[in-house]
Amino acid sequence: MNYMRLRNKFKPIPLLISFFIIVAIIIAIVSVEEFYEGIKGAIMLIIFADPEIMEVALRSIYISGTATAFAIIWSIPAGLIIGMGEFVGKSFAKGIFNALLGIPTVALGLVLYLLMSSSGPLGFLNLFINPLGIAVGQAILITPMMISFTISAIEAIEPGIEDLAKTLGASEVETAFAVLKESTPGVTLAIMGSFNRAIAELGIAYMIGQNVGGSTRVLTTAIAMETTRGEISLSLALAAILLAIVLSINLLTNLLQRRFQ
Amino acid sequence: MHNDMEADEMKIRLGAWGTVMIIAAIVSASSVAGSWYYLEVFSRQKLIVATTTSLYDTGLLDEIEEHFEEKYSVDLCLISVGTGIAIQFAQRGDVDMLLVHSPAQELRFLQENYGVNRKIIAYNFFQIVGPKSDLAQIEGLSLTEALSRIVSAGRNSSATWISRGDNSGTHTKEKELWNAAGFNWTLQRDETNWFKETGSAMGKTLITANELEAYTLTDIGTFLAYSEGTSNLVPNLKTLVSQEAELINVYSAIAVNKTTNPNANFEAATTFTKFLTSKEGQQIIENYGISVYGQPLFYPAVELLRNNTAPMAQMIEDYAYFDGSECPPQYRYDYPELYGNK
Repeated sequence: MNYMRLRNKFKPIPLLISFFIIVAIIIAIVSVEEFYEGIKGAIMLIIFADPEIMEVALRSIYISGTATAFAIIWSIPAGLIIGMGEFVGKSFAKGIFNALLGIPTVALGLVLYLLMSSSGPLGFLNLFINPLGIAVGQAILITPMMISFTISAIEAIEPGIEDLAKTLGASEVETAFAVLKESTPGVTLAIMGSFNRAIAELGIAYMIGQNVGGSTRVLTTAIAMETTRGEISLSLALAAILLAIVLSINLLTNLLQRRFQ
Repeated sequence: MHNDMEADEMKIRLGAWGTVMIIAAIVSASSVAGSWYYLEVFSRQKLIVATTTSLYDTGLLDEIEEHFEEKYSVDLCLISVGTGIAIQFAQRGDVDMLLVHSPAQELRFLQENYGVNRKIIAYNFFQIVGPKSDLAQIEGLSLTEALSRIVSAGRNSSATWISRGDNSGTHTKEKELWNAAGFNWTLQRDETNWFKETGSAMGKTLITANELEAYTLTDIGTFLAYSEGTSNLVPNLKTLVSQEAELINVYSAIAVNKTTNPNANFEAATTFTKFLTSKEGQQIIENYGISVYGQPLFYPAVELLRNNTAPMAQMIEDYAYFDGSECPPQYRYDYPELYGNK
């Protein structure tokens, strides 16, 4: 019995694999000069708070945050309706959103450009070369992801919660909130995943924003631009900053979630 | 009785959700509208300029933007794209002005009434770069000779040519050069064992050429940025043919025609054109890059054309003039002072 327990606890193979992966990453970083330069550059940029880079990083967070906020407004209710409801075509609706997860950002960017262009149907809104245009585009991009993940989160919780809430006399909306509360971890994951997808995507930011300095330049377009300009170590530094943002925001959410549970 | 209750429940369900959805819709619509209004009202007058990658990626336009915005209260938005898509943007009315380097495409753009008031602002030379080993032995040769040697070496599989293949100004120039040297570019394209297209920007094309030890045509600015920048990204490549008259590269500014696209910010575009052709603008172009690369990347063209300085003025006129003028009178609109008394 004891022996079995020990054996269950000690898992040499995953441990070994992760050890090798870490060693490989360290070797890669040390051996490729550019990686080393890039990480050094990123640390320098952060320490000395290069105002231009900080502006780009903050704009990235602001635009993708706005996009996530927009998407939450319609995706979470939609996810709740599809996840909790029983209706004909439910699996079809789920299938559609799952399929749309893989939408190529350049293709969506091109379609949105044609809509938002001066001679397009939404041209009068002046969304082309406008940070808000990028936010709207990214919100559309992450909608299927947020809906899909919310549905999974809601379907994963005990089906009894819904009945229990209703038995206790909760209204439809109150029941929905009870279900939402139970599925908080999953819904948080849906929101965080969507934010990460938004901040890390390039196609829409490039097509709608066109990387105008001081207005629509975000981290991903800056990385693409600096690479074109031949500033490889600066690109890597920017990539490291992007990664740092994604990681720290995720860590923060994890911590908050743990505290409130 | 039971069915009635179920129907009532359905009604309640739909009613409650309907309210939530309507509130959500209102909140989202008002937040979008609010932030849009904010951005519209509080932003400065915008001038959107689509520029060729070589002007932008060398950093020249960053410096010009800085000086220009100090002087005028215009928000200069530079978007860096190839000449092909830049012209598309202008035709759709998404940009107010073009900075391009492809005379043939420019003429078509003027003829189709999309652009007016073209001004030549700068020039430099394209270069043919290739592997340091130079297997086709083209170093120092004339252009026609060099291209023929590359073709024969390519057919013997001892050389590779990399083409941009993206309808950019540089790509257009490359096609012209092949045709002028007596080769049929369209047929040559099919000889894919030595003639390869990247379909991407100059920098990526140079990296590919470097990896494959191949020959390619490049603008001088991008090549210097890649070879003399913080680190040499193209250590296998060197300049083999340059300063040939045929390799001339002329940059010009064209404003989007106000009569075709009423939304175009024609006044600001004219202000920017005037700035680029002013003494100050020309000086920035002349001095840019000397401190970093030890040589200028672009040469100013305005003074030179005004004084008809030989031999450069003649070369530019031969290559980039239409009907003996940088912008024939039928393609001008207002602001005659742009063209002096010429």
